[in-house]
Amino acid sequence: MKFGPMKPQRRNRLLLVLFVVLAAASAVGLALSALNENMNLFYSPGQITAGEAPTGVVIRAGGMVVAGSVLRATESLRVDFVISDLQGADVNVSFTGILPDLFREGQGVIARGILGRDGNFVAEEVLAKHDETYMPPELVDVLPDSHNDPETFKGGTRQ
Amino acid sequence: MRFFSLPDYQLIMLNWFHRLGAPRSFYEISGRLLPVLWVLSGLSILTGVIWSLGFVPEDYQQGNSVRIMYIHVPAAIVAQSGYAMMAVAGAVFLIWRIKIADVALQCAAPIGASITFLALVTGAIWGKPTWGTWWVWDARLTSTLVLLFLYLGIIALRSAMENRESAGRATAMLALVGVVNLPIIKYSVDWWFTLHQPSSFSLGEKPAMPAEMWIPLLVMVLGYYLFFFTLWATRMRVEILNREFRTDWVQRLVVGS
Repeated sequence: MKFGPMKPQRRNRLLLVLFVVLAAASAVGLALSALNENMNLFYSPGQITAGEAPTGVVIRAGGMVVAGSVLRATESLRVDFVISDLQGADVNVSFTGILPDLFREGQGVIARGILGRDGNFVAEEVLAKHDETYMPPELVDVLPDSHNDPETFKGGTRQ
Repeated sequence: MRFFSLPDYQLIMLNWFHRLGAPRSFYEISGRLLPVLWVLSGLSILTGVIWSLGFVPEDYQQGNSVRIMYIHVPAAIVAQSGYAMMAVAGAVFLIWRIKIADVALQCAAPIGASITFLALVTGAIWGKPTWGTWWVWDARLTSTLVLLFLYLGIIALRSAMENRESAGRATAMLALVGVVNLPIIKYSVDWWFTLHQPSSFSLGEKPAMPAEMWIPLLVMVLGYYLFFFTLWATRMRVEILNREFRTDWVQRLVVGS
């Protein structure tokens, strides 16, 4: 093995390797930026209230369940609640069925269903979106309320 | 005699790389290291599993299902960095044509594929009780599935080609192209709205969990890494014997001197 300038052949191969990686990266980068809107799993409440989400077709809506907004029907499994981005945009959601264990007020959810023209969302399925914070139950009372991160459901992409 | 102008540590490093690059030296050095690697990886995984499954506190939201994290997160981490290491081996092979780099690439793919599969399966098992679904086509999950397909593609491409030299170049090229997927996996949770939660750890920030929860996770990550390297070296040794079976040193090794 020699130090000093690289052999031209090896330098060419190195350039080829760099070129392949850069070409692949830019191709995928362009494709992803073109697909950017479709890469999102769900619409935020901000996008829905701004009219950016289509009505009448199956979409996903995600947001924080507003504390105190959950209404359970007494005669059926129907649940009504409000999801919010905690930035002022709220969407009413109704769902009939069994909610996941982690569904609670103040936590994130993603609902799959149809947005009506009246702006109400009828969900067929509700998934719980939890955050990256983990802690033992006895710590919850001690720590400040850190798990409601409004960043998660703000409009646009998170940077 | 240009070597005399180099400082000692460079000479030592150079010597070390040179020796590891030769199949025979790799075989001998790894043979001495492997018992230590097996013991260390076994110990750390055992410690991590007992600690995380038996003694880590429950999560305030998820209860006991949070323990799946200790199997899932290290698998996902090693699946991605294993790919990065494999791609570096591919680049080294393409530029310098060092044979052992090709051996390394070939031997990493099946291990990486298995660990990616483990990450996907444990993710699904964790997703069912917490999110309410086994699978969703969000950016994080989909890009991790692509990682599995890349590993499988490299295995398939290798076995489809007869000529070892051209198979080595083709798989190295595929591995390099697939590197694009790594930042996509990592930043998918930041760039797009996904069901998957963002990372609990980032450089320069406090982990989003208390020490009694992240230290056992760190032990598990260490254990997974050690286990990955142990398996990798073991597979490489077998492959070296396979490729070098005509040489004197292998024949002497097999026959016994």
